[in-house]
Amino acid sequence: MDFNSHNRREFLQLLGTGVGGVVFASGLGQLSGCATPRSKSQAADDFYFVQLSDTHWGFKGPPNPEADVTLKNTVERVNGLERQPDFIVFTGDLTHTTDDADLRRKRMAEFKQIVDGLKVKPVHFMAGEHDASLDAGKAYQEFFGELHYSFDHKGVHFVVIDNVSDPSASIGEAQLGWLRSDLSKLDTQQPIVVLTHRPLFGLYPQWDWTTKDGDAAIAVLQNYQNVTVFYGHIHQEHHFKTGQIEHHSAKSLIFPLPAPGSQPKRAPVPWDPANPNKGLGFRGIDAQAGRGYQLAEFSIGKV
Amino acid sequence: MAASGPRCLIALLLISFSAFAANEASSAAAEQVIKISAKRFEYSPSVITVKLNTPVVLEFTSLDRTHGFAVPDLKLEAEIKAGETTRVRFVPGKLGTFEFHCNIFCGSGHEEMSGQIVVTN
Repeated sequence: MDFNSHNRREFLQLLGTGVGGVVFASGLGQLSGCATPRSKSQAADDFYFVQLSDTHWGFKGPPNPEADVTLKNTVERVNGLERQPDFIVFTGDLTHTTDDADLRRKRMAEFKQIVDGLKVKPVHFMAGEHDASLDAGKAYQEFFGELHYSFDHKGVHFVVIDNVSDPSASIGEAQLGWLRSDLSKLDTQQPIVVLTHRPLFGLYPQWDWTTKDGDAAIAVLQNYQNVTVFYGHIHQEHHFKTGQIEHHSAKSLIFPLPAPGSQPKRAPVPWDPANPNKGLGFRGIDAQAGRGYQLAEFSIGKV
Repeated sequence: MAASGPRCLIALLLISFSAFAANEASSAAAEQVIKISAKRFEYSPSVITVKLNTPVVLEFTSLDRTHGFAVPDLKLEAEIKAGETTRVRFVPGKLGTFEFHCNIFCGSGHEEMSGQIVVTN
């Protein structure tokens, strides 16, 4: 199946160009569960948040010869957004993996110090396999807290699912039980946003772009009518739908990866000296009561 | 004539057993056993050629840590633990080249740990 063309054809409507980015409308995720015009009280519940992903702090190599400044420049870029978000999320791979436990912690400390420069608080973190798979999330938890958790913002329930601290990319029955319990108190029309690192569905298992027991999580989420998933891992924008659930991956902030199955190896897209930072970026998400989500893709290259 | 029943039954059982044993011997003889070592971040050999419709046993050993082996197109998956031999048995049912990869994160370079199974006539 050609996931890319399938996505674009069915799930996205190009609305126009934003400031430094492209704006898309998400067809689902109705915040009030219906498409009625917004009242003043609903409009008051509108909010905006930013998704940053796959910063891989500590990476060095030809795919990004400017890796030591990409994250710092991104922080400045977010701080300079005309519309400041209510909060910011990082969907994993904050740091690049290392076997050296001390170096892992050093990278996490440096990362934390850099993103501390973000003007907007709070910042919600989650782990990627590069952060958490080699030590079951031990160092990550020392710096960033729980691997899975939930929080609420203006009527939307946010759930962070950990599909990386088990190196085989399993969520595990214990966390699935927690997910069922966490959601059990919600009405089936409750708007839910899931934040995770890997795709929960089998996007391209040949490149390990999947979650081993992701189907079990999707089965739990299918009981709710307004669920949208934002994730990272694949270093590119991608949009897909399982049942009524939308899945949107974000660009990375280190190097882009090729489209799923477009070449034999999932090697990074080579750095283009004529167009530095090409393919890198972040996302603004405009949550509009009664009208779903609008996604604005911001590049960090020259625009 | 009363004794011919049991004698026939014994003869049938012997014939059946002989046929079963012959089949087992022939399967064992035809089985392709391929030894593969895994270490960060490669399999050796990384290209495995097998014959169509002939049983295959892949015998994995890890030289360093736990690795994975996954061939989504053939629905094969295994965990390769260091210090153990992990056997994956299958019968290739279709011609072609099928990618496999490590699906247990093993460090910086994990994404490059992959290979191919080539099924030929």
